[in-house]
Amino acid sequence: MNSFTFTQATAVADAVQANAAHDDAAYIGGGTNLIDLMKENVARPTHLIGLKKLGLDAIENLPDGGLRLGALATNADTAWHPEVEKRYPLLNQAILAGASPQLRNMATDGGNLMQRTRCYYFYDLATPCNKREPGSGCSAIGGYNRVCGILGTSDQCIATHPSDMCVALAALDTTVRVSGPNGERTIKFEDFHRLPGDQPERDNTLEPGELITGLDLPAKGFEKNFSYLKLRDRTSYAFALVSVAAALELDGDTIKDARLALGGVAHKPWRDKEAEAMLVGQPATADTFRRVAAKVLAPAKGYGANTFKIELAKRAIVRALKQATEMNQLVDTDAFQNSNP
Amino acid sequence: MSHHTTDYIGKPTNRVDGPAKVAGTAKYAAEFNVPNLLYGYVVSSPIAKGKITKIDAAPVLALPGVHQVFSHENVPSLAWLDRSYKDDVAPGGSPFRPLHDAEIKFSLQPVALVVADTFELARYAASILHIEYEEVAHETELAKHLDEAYEPGRGKTGYKPPKSRGNFGKGWKEGVAHMEAQYSHHAQHHNPMEMFASTVEWLGDKNLNIYDKTQGAFNSQQYVMKIFGLSKDQARVISKYTGGGFGSGLRPQYQLFLAVLASLELQRSVRVSLTREQMFSFGHRPETLQHVALATAADGSLTGINHVAVAETSQFEDFTENVVGWSGTLYDCQNVELGYRLSKLDVFSPLDMRAPGAASGSIALEIAMDEMAYAAGLDPLEFRIRNYSDFDQAQNLPYSSKALRKCYAEGAAKFGWEKRTAEPGSMKDGNLLVGWGMGGGIWDASKMPATVKASLDADGHLTVSSGTNDIGTGTYTIMTQIAAQSMGLPLEAVTFVLGDTTLPQSPLQGGSWTAASVGNSVVEACSKLGEALLKQAQQMDHPAFKDAKIEDVEFANGQLRLRADDTQAVVLRDLVQASGEPKIEAENSTVLAKLEMLKPPKYSMHAHNAVFVEVKVDPELMTVHVTRVVNAVAAGRILNPKTARSQVLGSVVWGISSALMEESVMDHRFGRYMNHNYAEYHVPVNADIHDIDVVFVSEEDDKVNPLGVKGLGEVGLLGVAAAVANAIYHATGKRVRDLPVTIDKLL
Ligand SMILES: Cc1cc2nc3c(=O)[nH]c(=O)nc-3n(C[C@H](O)[C@H](O)[C@H](O)COP(=O)(O)OP(=O)(O)OC[C@H]3O[C@@H](n4cnc5c(N)ncnc54)[C@H](O)[C@@H]3O)c2cc1C
Ligand code: SF4
Repeated sequence: MNSFTFTQATAVADAVQANAAHDDAAYIGGGTNLIDLMKENVARPTHLIGLKKLGLDAIENLPDGGLRLGALATNADTAWHPEVEKRYPLLNQAILAGASPQLRNMATDGGNLMQRTRCYYFYDLATPCNKREPGSGCSAIGGYNRVCGILGTSDQCIATHPSDMCVALAALDTTVRVSGPNGERTIKFEDFHRLPGDQPERDNTLEPGELITGLDLPAKGFEKNFSYLKLRDRTSYAFALVSVAAALELDGDTIKDARLALGGVAHKPWRDKEAEAMLVGQPATADTFRRVAAKVLAPAKGYGANTFKIELAKRAIVRALKQATEMNQLVDTDAFQNSNP
Repeated sequence: MSHHTTDYIGKPTNRVDGPAKVAGTAKYAAEFNVPNLLYGYVVSSPIAKGKITKIDAAPVLALPGVHQVFSHENVPSLAWLDRSYKDDVAPGGSPFRPLHDAEIKFSLQPVALVVADTFELARYAASILHIEYEEVAHETELAKHLDEAYEPGRGKTGYKPPKSRGNFGKGWKEGVAHMEAQYSHHAQHHNPMEMFASTVEWLGDKNLNIYDKTQGAFNSQQYVMKIFGLSKDQARVISKYTGGGFGSGLRPQYQLFLAVLASLELQRSVRVSLTREQMFSFGHRPETLQHVALATAADGSLTGINHVAVAETSQFEDFTENVVGWSGTLYDCQNVELGYRLSKLDVFSPLDMRAPGAASGSIALEIAMDEMAYAAGLDPLEFRIRNYSDFDQAQNLPYSSKALRKCYAEGAAKFGWEKRTAEPGSMKDGNLLVGWGMGGGIWDASKMPATVKASLDADGHLTVSSGTNDIGTGTYTIMTQIAAQSMGLPLEAVTFVLGDTTLPQSPLQGGSWTAASVGNSVVEACSKLGEALLKQAQQMDHPAFKDAKIEDVEFANGQLRLRADDTQAVVLRDLVQASGEPKIEAENSTVLAKLEMLKPPKYSMHAHNAVFVEVKVDPELMTVHVTRVVNAVAAGRILNPKTARSQVLGSVVWGISSALMEESVMDHRFGRYMNHNYAEYHVPVNADIHDIDVVFVSEEDDKVNPLGVKGLGEVGLLGVAAAVANAIYHATGKRVRDLPVTIDKLL
């Protein structure tokens, strides 16, 4: 870790300005990812801008029936907020499937979007990594890529975005609000994170110096039929091998509207709108779900240690959609987790 | 025998060191904030093999607050012979010498130590230290080097090659049912919560107080004395608390060397602590590849056992452990063929890790036993009972005691094993597949010579001391119990002191031998103290004790009294006060214990266990949960059921870990373990652990040692991982022989 200076910003404009005024500045939310990256010398900012005093930690109803999450609201406060629990239980489940209570108490919603990949090589300076050091090569290809992606990968990088929360945010069609040197703008969630392509060092479409100020959830929360299913190497405190956010609107047995997003498989929360469209008008049966799962995974590519994710993701999609339909989620991981508070 | 309120042995006494640990007043090696402390940060090699061609220390040394950069370029001349670098448990070969030369022998090898005023500065300085390397091809993949595997020599390390007997080929032919399979598991790193650290306090004139994380203070002391030419008085090693060891602290780790080096060179107090990543830079449970073949006669009796293992070791040492030997002891069989070989790789030497050898060997043997039971059409428990060993055929000795039958019976009863239906996939809980599997194991009941001093002061407080360690096992507590009971004192009137080389010599804590070794010595020291106290009573002309022999008296209620008439008593405190000395002391002698070690044993002395496991498996997602475990243990006398139970609980958790998730994953292209942090080196979290039932079966043994204890730091681990794998087979019909059984292997 290198030496750095620190500003505690109290207004968004000041924060943005402080960022512009320094080379190698970084915003810091809960610090749960950034500080680790600094200790490993993966991130070497020389100036940190604290955001906790920006007053952006509120969670408020919007006039259009939606809900605004302040970028500095903690993951824990967000998950347990009564409006989130009631209207966006999918988001509640996704957040609580991530990290640990201690981390969720520190981590902020803005930081969650911005967290970096958990690819082993990205964290280890002794190995080449295009994301960390563009042009140095991708060690995960041909290496230990169990945690890496199977969809939307490139020959430059096969990393995944590790967030659980973002998978639900993607499924819910969230809008990201940002402020930057050129003023304010909004970004559709699906456009926020990007695929690695030939610029794996870029995780998202934020411009330099831009600050996330909030996340707007639309009114529709799919609170009746939803499921967040996370499969991982242990029951808690592990990143997803594969996760699925499934949300359905049902009319009897028929699917009226559907959302499906995958985590742990791509450089961004993976949504396949064609697959979602395939669900609409169909009966909510295992057969339908299997066809959709096959469609989602059709373009998938395995890299050896992670090839199993293709089959696992298919099964997870079928299960998540089934759980969302039946709303009897007390199977497997959740059941065991609940029996063990 | 009369009962006393001070009869603590066998009682579930709370940990005497518990309050200090919970309140944070128990200090660990990196917590001694001695004045004027400097901080060292270790720079680790990014390559696995090659040499350092350049170190550019000047820019780092130019930073204000940086004191020195130590590397092979400027280390003073130290001890020359390999012998000086050999610690008490060093395997055969030539020990690694930190900063010795430009050669890189393994990834993460320490190549420099940056010493600065603060930890943060040292860490930053280390990150900008420019070092150039010349890389050469390394070999780290065991499977690719089986051809070069060799049988390790006996050396002077006490390693005994496994002994075969009878004729396996003949036994195989005689069998009517057979099984043969390959098993593997990956390397594991101990990863105790507390990372390795040494705080060296410079007291002037090369006098050092060394606060070290170790499982053996004397081992650390010997090591630095020999290398740096220090006397015993100069190198005092202190290790009162150890935040977990699991074997990693058996050998002095390199931060000790580096901290002492820096302290002596700079004539300052220096602390060096390792990072979590660096916890993957030294000894580990070696990866092994194993082959087992079994054959049975029509009645299910084993006609042949063949168990061969190949394990990794470093290029510089032959690390050996007993992986296959147990297979010649645990079950009754005339024809046993065992083999054990090593293959040299560009890694650091492996190191004993909880139940070394046996944990690995029992994975293969106990899964194989399950496979054999199925092949022979027998219930796995019934199969083991039919092959019960009543006589140790490997050592050709009777057992001093062996209550494994009781483990089978009581464990099975508690688990409800009789309700098991044999067919894989035949048991269900709603949608979930249920699997029941079992396993078990055997572990040495050892005892080493240990010296203990018992000292009673004029306030009637007893201090019992020995330079042993407590790595969290409960040593403080059980020794306090034994001493209190021996002297008839309440626990509060007794303090057990350990972890300091100024105390009487004791072996390092490992091999599950501390309870027996130090425990029996506590009894001896207390009985010597008793004699001294009786003598004092006699000197005081106490008429009742005039002709009393030690057998005629007892210690109870803080008094020395006549067994025949307990109104005839003298308060212990008064005896000390009357002596005119501040205390009355006695130390046990280890002469007999040492002689005993030279004699061939008359009995086979072992602890045993049987473990029963239930898993529930989601039939589509193939997620596995271990919902129930019963571990029945026969380990002689249980000194403290509470601390004993904790030992077995921890073992079971580790077994589940080995079965389902724990492995150090190496990328052979870099010769480097890649999951070197707690987020990615998976061990179970609370949500992974459900019911664990520990059963201690009664096992009286007056031959193993006077206290009748066998130690149980390790035996509880045996067979657990195999039992989980067997249960998964029972649930799913999938036989996974490469551990851990991660989800991808079940899809
Ligand atoms: C051991 C461990 C396990 C974890 N497990 C999981 C898991 O299972 N699932 C999961 O989803 N997550 C997991 N996490 C990740 C955790 O969710 C993230 O670290 C956390 O959400 C990041 O939030 P933060 O506020 O602490 O971000 P910080 O660490 O403060 O910042 C992260 C990045 O975001 C930038 N940033 C922060 N706020 C803003 C803003 N408002 N605008 C623009 N940029 C900003 C920072 O500059 C930095 O680059 C785990 C983390 C750890 C350490
Ligand atoms: S997958 Fe991406 S993050 Fe991982 S090594 Fe390759 S370039 Fe780096």
